Amino acid sequence: MVELLAVEDLTVGFHTDAGLAQVLDGAGLRIDAGEVVGLVGESGCGKTTLARAILGVLAPAARIGGGIIRFKGEDLLQQDAARLSRDIRGRAITFIPQDPYGSFNPLFTVGAQIRDLVRWKAPRAGRERVMELLRAVQIPEPERALEKLPHEFSGGQRQRLMIAMALLPEPDLIIADEPTTALDVTIQAQILKLLRDLVKDRGISVLFTTHDLGTAWEICDRVSVLYAGQDMEAAPTASFFAAAAHPYTRALLLSLPDPEGDIRDIPGEVPSLLEPPSGCRFHPRCGRASEACRSRPPRREPAPGHLVRCHHPVA
Amino acid sequence: MAALVDVLSRMARDRAVLLGAALILLLVLVAILAPLIATFPNDVWDIHPTQRLRPPDASFLFGTDRMGSDIYSRILFGARITIMVAVVAIGVSLLIGVPIGLVAGYYHGWPSDLLMRFSDIFLAVPQIVLAIAIAQTLGPSIENVILALSLTYWPWFTRLVYAETRSLKNEIFIESTIALGASPFRVIVFHILPNVSSAIIVRSSIGMGFTILTAAALGFLGLGAQPPAPEWGRMISESREYLPDAWWYALAPGLAIFLVVMGFNLVGDGLRDILDPRLRRAPKSNG
Amino acid sequence: MKLLAIILRRLVWFIPTVAGLIAIVFTVSHVIPADPARLMAGDLATPEQVAALRLQHGFDRPLIVQLGHYMLRVARGDLGTSLFTNRPIVEDLARRLPATVELTLVAMLIATSIGIPLGVICAVRRNTVLDHALRVLTVSGLAIASFWLAILLQLVFAMELGWTPLAGRIDGFAPRSVTGLFLLDALIEGELDLFGKALSHIALPAITLAVPGLATIVRFTRAGVLDALQSNFVLYQRAMGLPEWLIVWKYVLRNALISTVTQIGLLFGILMAGAVVVEAIFDWPGIGAYAFLSIYQSDYNAVMGFTLWAGSIFILVNLAVDMAHALIDPRSKAA
Repeated sequence: MVELLAVEDLTVGFHTDAGLAQVLDGAGLRIDAGEVVGLVGESGCGKTTLARAILGVLAPAARIGGGIIRFKGEDLLQQDAARLSRDIRGRAITFIPQDPYGSFNPLFTVGAQIRDLVRWKAPRAGRERVMELLRAVQIPEPERALEKLPHEFSGGQRQRLMIAMALLPEPDLIIADEPTTALDVTIQAQILKLLRDLVKDRGISVLFTTHDLGTAWEICDRVSVLYAGQDMEAAPTASFFAAAAHPYTRALLLSLPDPEGDIRDIPGEVPSLLEPPSGCRFHPRCGRASEACRSRPPRREPAPGHLVRCHHPVA
Repeated sequence: MAALVDVLSRMARDRAVLLGAALILLLVLVAILAPLIATFPNDVWDIHPTQRLRPPDASFLFGTDRMGSDIYSRILFGARITIMVAVVAIGVSLLIGVPIGLVAGYYHGWPSDLLMRFSDIFLAVPQIVLAIAIAQTLGPSIENVILALSLTYWPWFTRLVYAETRSLKNEIFIESTIALGASPFRVIVFHILPNVSSAIIVRSSIGMGFTILTAAALGFLGLGAQPPAPEWGRMISESREYLPDAWWYALAPGLAIFLVVMGFNLVGDGLRDILDPRLRRAPKSNG
Repeated sequence: MKLLAIILRRLVWFIPTVAGLIAIVFTVSHVIPADPARLMAGDLATPEQVAALRLQHGFDRPLIVQLGHYMLRVARGDLGTSLFTNRPIVEDLARRLPATVELTLVAMLIATSIGIPLGVICAVRRNTVLDHALRVLTVSGLAIASFWLAILLQLVFAMELGWTPLAGRIDGFAPRSVTGLFLLDALIEGELDLFGKALSHIALPAITLAVPGLATIVRFTRAGVLDALQSNFVLYQRAMGLPEWLIVWKYVLRNALISTVTQIGLLFGILMAGAVVVEAIFDWPGIGAYAFLSIYQSDYNAVMGFTLWAGSIFILVNLAVDMAHALIDPRSKAA
């Protein structure tokens, strides 16, 4: 498997009125060529921050404390900003946002916005290619669609347009930040399947962030778990769901509503990012915690491709 | 109370607001202490024809005017007129506009709509246009200017208070207070009014600045205080025929107006920024 | 169809508002004074003339009847006769309108063409030295009395430096009238030196008038751009690597401007309010100067006529801006 993207030991903090919020702490992630990797975690766990850090569009209040983001061999964090904007963003790495409603400018036609994308990011793509992609994402009447304004499309249709736009520059990696969260449950599966089919055909990798384990199961090849800014476990999907080793992952899986309708909560609360626990940030809520957990566990590989960061993994 | 302390401390950290507050304070002090700090306090009434149109020097800090009176002293006393106009005009506008806004916002139905339509007319026409009509009818005097300004400014408060009241009525805490049987009076005065007060304060500060400018314009047009009252706008109008030789004549009163209005604008702006998260930004922030 | 509904809805607002204005002016001129006839007749009138006026206008009739007559008269376009020109006031105002229109248009042009780009720059370079400096300037611009600024500019540029004429709209003959706007008319006729003269005369008054408008536009544009920069489409476009200048000047500006368009109505009000004193000082033969002269001469009917005219024009402009906003914003078409 060829490594496409590797995030190593990334630390990001945000300046707030109350102090420095340590949103990401030594986070790690790996995506190989042609893989769909899911990044799973509760709200506020840092997955959007990680996604934005890769793209290089963090908020001005963000401070990168350290780490490497290696993309096709070079560290993005060391690159010149202009080059990143020109060659990486919108070309090698594209983006599907969470909000299909606000991510289009409401005053310009969809066609105008796509045209600008083509002009700046995919100059060799002709009109025919745009039409082909619109048909591929199942937008009805593609010629007329370009002349319409964004609000004339439904949420699901807008997200399909986003997928088409993400494919247009022929990227190596698509970062999809909770792309179906804002959509109706009934169309979520449709959109996800569409995305998966299209990227698999083209050999494009996807980093897919979500708080919903079910969607990760649907389309991902590998799943990675983030908790309070730390990566906990990463494994191929089957192995992840069948034999999760990290206590947090197991608790997450157990908290999914089961056929009897019981809901098992994870006791305790998500820690404050202003004064997080030392070492493994899950240890205050973990039934298996010990003194050792006050220092960050190293990565172990109990099975091929299956990584866990825990002093007391479940066998 | 804690909110007040918080606002004050945030104001203290904003240099622009501090400057504005200092200018306003300066105005107030000058107005109060005028008799003491004026070099020729009697020049508000006295004329000295032999000293006409002297340029600024050691004894006449801003020169003398066409009657030979010391401009510096007259400006100091003019501050009293300025403060009085600003405070009374805005005060009366408040007293008229806020209750109307509260009532129109609280109750629904055609009387409310009619009231708002009526106040909309004033908002659709520049204040000075109507103020001229009123002042011209009543005759030129400073009291009539104040009246004209009050009668034309109250709709700005009404609009603001109406919008806030309407939106607050939908808030759960208001609904529950009403459901618990509180009388409309209680709800309006003890629950709605406190929440509207920050918007009112911001508008008052900005309004004072604009009122001073409009009053000065009316004074310039001859509709304000009559001679020998040292009204700043009128002094500028008097200076026109003596330009360019008596350049100092126009300079000082205009500068005074500028500094005072700056003060109110800076404070009003700063207050708006500080109170903003709780304020919905009003669509018209001018006037 | 939607368009028609929009236009009709606005018209429904317009008519009662103008009627309300007329009613207010009526109240001011007929109800408030103890003796309206005396006011209208002027200081020089004899008691007999005043009595005749009283009879003619029916001041002894019930107020409602008077109001009705008044409304009808105004609707017919009869605003009375000026005491000093002895001409119908409507005629005087109509003759002076083009001068004020020209002045206001040039001032608006100055205010928007300088103000909008400055506002965008301020927003993009938020909290830098440039931003702070411009904010100080805009607050100052709103604190300066127009008539004082006018006098200062006259003092420096006309009297001391002699770069512009002191006052007036033109020296000598005006260009042949096509639009009534000297600048346009001179260009149409190809009279370049007349154009130059008209330009030099309009320069100072237009700049004076533009200053508060300029300050307001900078502030509104800045706020609008800052607001639009928070939008999710900006995040998307940045994430997709579109050039920042494209995002700001093509996309964000359009969003910010939509809300600025509604401020044009406000801007017009600011300009018109300033026109009274600016025209007075620069001897600009427009409606504002008419108001100034009428006040000075206690020509009561003329002052009331000015109030009705200026008020109605402003209401009309509000209406036009409102409709323009509805037309420009594609979202409201679907709404």
